[in-house]
Amino acid sequence: MLNKSVNAISDTYVLAKRNVKRNFRVPQLLIFSSAQPIIFLLLFNFVFGGAVAGTSEEKYIFFLLPGIMAQIALFGSIQTGVGLAEDLNKGVIDRLRSLPITRSAVLAGRTFADSARNVFVIALITIVGIILGFRIEQGYAKFFAAMLLVLLFAYSFSWVSANIGMWLKDSETVQVAGFLWVFPLVFASSVFVPVATMPSWLQGFAQNQPVTQVVNAVRYLAVGGVPNGQHYIYATILWSLGIIAVFAPLAIRMYRKIQ
Amino acid sequence: MANQYSIHAESVIKHFGTTKALDGVSLKADYGKVTGLLGPNGSGKTTLIKIMSSLLEPTQGKVLIDGIDVHRHPNQVRNIIGLAGQYAAVDDYLTGRETLEMVGRLYHMPKKEIKKRSNELLQQLGLEDAADRQTKTYSGGMRRRLDLGASLVSTPKVLFLDEPTTGLDPRTRLQLWSIIQDLVTKGVSILLTTQYLEEADALADKMYVLNHGKVIAKGTSGSLKSSLGVDIIEVIVKQNQLILAQKSLTQKLNKTITIDELTRRLQIKTKNGSDDILLVAQILHDIKIKPEELSLHRPSLDDVFMSLTAERNHNA
Ligand SMILES: Nc1ncnc2c1ncn2[C@@H]1O[C@H](COP(=O)(O)OP(=O)(O)O)[C@@H](O)[C@H]1O
Ligand SMILES: [Mg+2]
Repeated sequence: MLNKSVNAISDTYVLAKRNVKRNFRVPQLLIFSSAQPIIFLLLFNFVFGGAVAGTSEEKYIFFLLPGIMAQIALFGSIQTGVGLAEDLNKGVIDRLRSLPITRSAVLAGRTFADSARNVFVIALITIVGIILGFRIEQGYAKFFAAMLLVLLFAYSFSWVSANIGMWLKDSETVQVAGFLWVFPLVFASSVFVPVATMPSWLQGFAQNQPVTQVVNAVRYLAVGGVPNGQHYIYATILWSLGIIAVFAPLAIRMYRKIQ
Repeated sequence: MANQYSIHAESVIKHFGTTKALDGVSLKADYGKVTGLLGPNGSGKTTLIKIMSSLLEPTQGKVLIDGIDVHRHPNQVRNIIGLAGQYAAVDDYLTGRETLEMVGRLYHMPKKEIKKRSNELLQQLGLEDAADRQTKTYSGGMRRRLDLGASLVSTPKVLFLDEPTTGLDPRTRLQLWSIIQDLVTKGVSILLTTQYLEEADALADKMYVLNHGKVIAKGTSGSLKSSLGVDIIEVIVKQNQLILAQKSLTQKLNKTITIDELTRRLQIKTKNGSDDILLVAQILHDIKIKPEELSLHRPSLDDVFMSLTAERNHNA
């Protein structure tokens, strides 16, 4: 039993390390996953900054950066499915499934490695945000807690994406399909604009869907001024754990039954 | 209970939706031998390998590897097998050494042993110089060798190789053959699939011919060839001796003999070429005909395969 869990941890670690090497040795991957949120941050800040939020751009960065972090979490999670589909097609998954390893290790290794990439991209976007005028005003402890929430949230969506990757099996299809489910979640949320500015039929969805919870929680912790902010922290944690509880077992089941 | 076979598959059936990929395949592979699985594209070779190596559940049937039921004890089986799939599954961004060491860690081998074994394999496979380069710089042959290396890290008892030489140039193919032969002398039991008859001929002690998910023939390459029963003896004589030769041979051998006047050639079809060619020589000697040429043609495995699959397709 002890031996089994030692092996499980070791397997997951070895495979996470493999995927971290992939994430960091294939430069295109890192460049594009970093460039995309930076471009969004710049575009929304300068082009829409004044109009969108009805505030000056200097203040909008405080609103926008937490949103962009949630966006990184979701866009980044698409890569979990893309990477799995790639491994499936190259026969790497066949090789791994022929080894005496813990069933969940391939998927856990992948999702952890994608978290490592998220840490990097989020650190980078924070620096860019600071250059654009963002300041950590609520103290480092709260900011750090906010980042942990984003990472937990991203981790949970990696498991959603893992299912999609094994279901669609073709990495390009997974990439394109990713935008289909990620765009509505990102845009119909408080990422870029306050939910109150949306048409009322959309507000119900936007206010209650998970992305808004994590964005508001991060705003509350990192920036402040969010009424009832605690509530969003709990909601983020509950959503994340709930998503993992549903999608991780589904993904592992799917992995075992790959044909 | 001593088990006789390294691999023992019994009536394996696999359906993908309405496709019958395997339609009742039984197979017995001996210890320390190469068993060949021969068949055209889509005949079910990869599906069978995946079932035998625990990647796929059969719709019906059972597989024992070294006496262990694959379905019931997959991880026990995974500990004693190695698999090199149809496509060299190596990560572009890892070095050759990293690839082997990662596999070693996933077999939960001690660190020291992993280092030692990786070095050993890199040397055996001629990848020492490239060991610390990312595999994206490797040639196709090097990737294949590394992939084979990955399947050998834990020194498997039973090794599955799915079309190990497809797409390789002739020189690299020969190189891989010699590596495979080397493994056999070390006692590894190997199951190898191939579309190339000469490969099965060169490597496999016993072979199974697969077509449309069914075993349509099995045996040694020799027994498959003779089962076709079309050895051909050819005799070339002088123009004016043709008729006499044909008459005598027909009488003595009691066989139909065809003549090609233009090339002055007589053809005798027989089941037993090696014996009959001596008879032919004796008969010709008795009637004082000295043949310009006397030769025996055995069917190649290609002929065997063509005739087998043609029959099947005809019957179907
Ligand atoms: N995962 C799968 N889903 C559906 N059909 C499959 C799958 N794998 C193989 N097949 C079908 O099963 C048959 C046998 O395929 P395969 O075992 O790959 O043959 P081979 O390796 O001899 O080329 C083919 O008709 C193929 O299309
Ligand atoms: Mg195949």
